Amino acid sequence: MPGSGGLPEIRLTALSKRFGPKVVLDGLDLAIAKGESIVILGKSGTGKSVLLKHMIGLLTPDAGTVEVEGEDLWGASRSRRDEIRRRFGMSFQEGALFDSMSVGENIAFPLKRHTKMTPGEVSARVAECLSLVKLHGIEGKRPSELSGGMRRRVGFARAIALKPEVLLFDEPTTGLDPITTDVLARVMIDLRDRMNPTMVTITHDLKVAFEVAERVALLDRGKILVDLPPREFEASDDPRVRAFVQGDGSEDAESGSPEEAAV
Amino acid sequence: MGFLEPVGRLALDALEFHGRCVTLLGLTVRGLFRKPFDGRALATQVVRVGVDGLPVVLLTAVFTGAVLALQTYVGFKRFHAEAWVGSVVALSMLRELAPVLTGLMVTGRSGSAMAAEIGSMRVTEQIDALVSLATDPVQYLFVPRILAGIIVVPMLVVLANALGITGGYLVAVRLLGANPVVYVQNTFQFLDLNDLWSGLVKAGVFGFLLTLIGCQQGFDTTNGAEGVGRATTAAVVLGSLAILVSDFFLTKVLF
Ligand SMILES: Nc1ncnc2c1ncn2[C@@H]1O[C@H](COP(=O)(O)OP(=O)(O)O)[C@@H](O)[C@H]1O
Ligand SMILES: [Mg+2]
Repeated sequence: MPGSGGLPEIRLTALSKRFGPKVVLDGLDLAIAKGESIVILGKSGTGKSVLLKHMIGLLTPDAGTVEVEGEDLWGASRSRRDEIRRRFGMSFQEGALFDSMSVGENIAFPLKRHTKMTPGEVSARVAECLSLVKLHGIEGKRPSELSGGMRRRVGFARAIALKPEVLLFDEPTTGLDPITTDVLARVMIDLRDRMNPTMVTITHDLKVAFEVAERVALLDRGKILVDLPPREFEASDDPRVRAFVQGDGSEDAESGSPEEAAV
Repeated sequence: MGFLEPVGRLALDALEFHGRCVTLLGLTVRGLFRKPFDGRALATQVVRVGVDGLPVVLLTAVFTGAVLALQTYVGFKRFHAEAWVGSVVALSMLRELAPVLTGLMVTGRSGSAMAAEIGSMRVTEQIDALVSLATDPVQYLFVPRILAGIIVVPMLVVLANALGITGGYLVAVRLLGANPVVYVQNTFQFLDLNDLWSGLVKAGVFGFLLTLIGCQQGFDTTNGAEGVGRATTAAVVLGSLAILVSDFFLTKVLF
């Protein structure tokens, strides 16, 4: 549970990142304890995905450090960094399933690469991961045959295949209908309760946020602006939090134009 | 000066492109010698490049050999040297036309396909997903494709040589009434094993360049679906240029 001694699972210190002239992260600090579930909120294009990608070393910071259990990700060797990455499972915005492979091969991919499991053990683990995300018997399907919600759940299943300690979710429910959103939120809560991972979730959806989070943080102009437990976050009278909480529906509509349209 | 700016930008772009290719090649070579060597992926790529390239390469070779025989016949007849048409066709095919045209065709067929495939993996975050699954994407994607290029293009060139010579023979014997026995004799009389080898070395280099560039363009794709289209086109243009430029230097320096 939060702060139960030891090093934080993830610690970002003075993290800065820019793309050309555009400053996305600006000296951001954030520490996440083992087993904690944090949700990061923020408008579209503020850099939530960029922040999440720094945690697993998909992007290199311009300045500042990323530490995983006290180990500097970019001070480590390449192979060590890959070992550290094996402690993570990441679910991407649109699932990012390998479309040259079937669903089963997608989930088996990390198992075949990083374990010595026999084919029988692999297919048992694949079925187990699928049942953890409430899917059954779709191993032979191609990603293109699946609905958006199913693709993301298969993405979850692939992310948990190696039993990671840390789960990262990048907008798991964005662009889905309310019923599918509920299904996904329940799957996430179920994963949290079964695996007790450290969990970092990015979302626009306040309902989902308050359901899965123990901490809610608001990212704004490259920094963590507010970082509070869900109830206090909801009750906060910070004007930018109020704008976010009250503008729940309109937020999506306003930010939805460039990115969502492309989807 | 107004015109210097685009020239300067072009030079910088060229330098950056070159730098990216060298960097990614370094990572590919490292990946080649690091543990999981994926034989299945290599076999898949070999089959794909071969099957995709085969029909277009063979057609190109037949017609190139045929037109070459036709043209040299017209020219050589003027100084009564028709007998040497077969030699010219064979030499030109082996040393120059089969490797270059095969390289260009495979660039259009497979170099572009690699850029499109890897580019769409980039914009749908599949490459990020590979990294998040502790998999080196350059090793996973580049190594089998580049090896396949180095292996398959020379194989296609061997076939293109045979088909080109056949095309020339058909035109000379069937259309222009050359004596088949003399034609065949003259075809092989002046051929040297070195002619075959030099063409195959070129083919290997072209296969390497066109796959490296195809992979690089896909890997460095930005700007979503539109970027994938741009990467695909650039893979063909830059791959073809690389083949033509390196062909000159290979011909000059090595043979
Ligand atoms: N690889 C990249 N190259 C250039 N700009 C990028 C890149 N990744 C993200 N950005 C820019 O950084 C900003 C934040 O992006 P992102 O983290 O995806 O936002 P979001 O909060 O919606 O997830 C955006 O303006 C985006 O254009
Ligand atoms: Mg995002």
